[in-house]
Amino acid sequence: MKRLILLAISFILFTCESENTNGGTLRNITVDFEFIHTWDGTVIDNTNLTTTTVTNENGETMSMSRLRYLLSRFQLLNSNGDIYGFNGYKFTDLSDITSYNFSTNNFIIPSGTYTLKFIWGFNEADNITGAYPDLNSASWNWPDMLGGGYHFLQLDGMYNIDTTPSPYNFHNGTARVSTNPNVFEQNFVEIEFTEDMVLSGNATIKIEMNIAELFKNPNAWDLNIYDTPLMPNYDAQKMMQQNVESVFSIDEIFQ
Amino acid sequence: MNKGILLAAVLLFLSCSSDDQNGYEPTPMPLEIPQIFSENIIAPIIPNDNPQTVEGVGLGKKLFFDTILSADGSQSCASCHSPQSAFTDNFATSAGVNGIAGTRNSMPLFNLAWNYNERFTWDGKELSLERQAEEPVQNPLEMHSNWNDVIERLQTHQEYPQLFDLAFNTSTITKELTTKAIAQFERTLISANSKFDRYSLGIETLTAQELNGLDIFLREDKGDCFHCHGNPNNPLWTNNDFHNNGLDATFTDLGLGAVTGDPNDNGKFRTPSLRNLVYTAPYMHDGRFTTLDQVINHYSEGLQNSPTIDPLMKQINQGGVQLTDQEKADLKAFLLTLSDPSFVESNN
Repeated sequence: MKRLILLAISFILFTCESENTNGGTLRNITVDFEFIHTWDGTVIDNTNLTTTTVTNENGETMSMSRLRYLLSRFQLLNSNGDIYGFNGYKFTDLSDITSYNFSTNNFIIPSGTYTLKFIWGFNEADNITGAYPDLNSASWNWPDMLGGGYHFLQLDGMYNIDTTPSPYNFHNGTARVSTNPNVFEQNFVEIEFTEDMVLSGNATIKIEMNIAELFKNPNAWDLNIYDTPLMPNYDAQKMMQQNVESVFSIDEIFQ
Repeated sequence: MNKGILLAAVLLFLSCSSDDQNGYEPTPMPLEIPQIFSENIIAPIIPNDNPQTVEGVGLGKKLFFDTILSADGSQSCASCHSPQSAFTDNFATSAGVNGIAGTRNSMPLFNLAWNYNERFTWDGKELSLERQAEEPVQNPLEMHSNWNDVIERLQTHQEYPQLFDLAFNTSTITKELTTKAIAQFERTLISANSKFDRYSLGIETLTAQELNGLDIFLREDKGDCFHCHGNPNNPLWTNNDFHNNGLDATFTDLGLGAVTGDPNDNGKFRTPSLRNLVYTAPYMHDGRFTTLDQVINHYSEGLQNSPTIDPLMKQINQGGVQLTDQEKADLKAFLLTLSDPSFVESNN
């Protein structure tokens, strides 16, 4: 009986429509996020991650053997100033296609015009050492001596693979400013898209992550200088933070 | 006397029940999850079709230690997975019933239910613990039985049909039920009471040298062990993933590559846990290193380059991460805090 009542309430929630302040019709809709990963237009996924050779902005040929990253605090902001935040975070491992997308678990928002933002990594409030068992289980932790919390990015591979192959470990997380005493600096990025999205029905927002941008803009990354170790390298960490800004774009909206 | 009456009662009960549906329900026996695991990592994986039960675990334990599984009755699972060695043996590679050694080091057995991607053995070819238990029984270099013979021996045994009946509600023994029971027992092999575990729980202290070793373990510009081997918040001390850790420039054993057929996987083997290293020498998939010092020296100076070497292997061109003698000693001191004497003692 309780289930029936719940079902009825859900049905009402899904079907009710109301006039918005602008005279338009509001519907309750759901939103999900689909991610595609590219290198300057070439799709990179679990089928070709480890076999694709790419050339970065600085001219080094590169392979990628492992790419994992973390996004959190997905939020949609509408033209009334309402903010709809989605619980959870998105931990993506490119070797696992089931980790690519972010489900809001049918979280309902009113139709309308929205902009999107999310956080690269965790902000300071969320980046708590050991707080997330699934991330601990994935060995995603960022060592305490570097500020603790979690990795935001792990991209491993080889560069100069056409001449003298050498490893790189492009790992991003909290930046350590100095030691004795340890001073740390938050290194997350608030990724905010300026495009207005008119969401009139249940929507899937497709977002592209262009991996090449990590090595491009504004810092043309020279792997011959910054290859490994980068985690304790303050300058490298801050350059990664800057380069992340241009990595994501809204590709398409399905509804 | 009381035990005798109880046994008689059980036998009477069994004899009155039908072969395949005795109406008896095995007693659930959920894994006892250690605090250090429940506070840090996600739940273990228990297959829906093979829940842990008192009777299943008991049967699995009896099978694990019983030489009935081998062709000539000379070996049990425990022959190569001995409790006193954290369920491995101390040979580089183990000899089977014919006296011929295989090519791989016997893996220690503990915390297996927390292998989340469920790829077992050094090369990941076994996709569940149940399936893993099938292979050694029939491998010519191990027990060299065939399963039909094993089932016949178990079926005609004076105890096993009743024990299967209690565990699985049927006295008709199959390969599937046999491996299910063994897997249930193996999942109960949980190691989580090392000195470092107790340190993490705030009930023991580490020495300055051990703490410095932890620092080297976690520093990307020093040991950088943690990307593959866990950290204080991942107390499995393995990622259970596959890496080429620079052992060889060319491969005589392709490892994961032979399983997937992908040349990019050649030379990759599963990361072993660093727990219980005191008991599990020799080390690596072929047991080539007899001491921990040799292992540390390998990562410090001995890396061999190859097309599939993992990029997490630092300074390949210099042979490794170039630790000083003091750093090596400190790292070793930390690694030894991950061993768990109570695990070995409680299973002996």
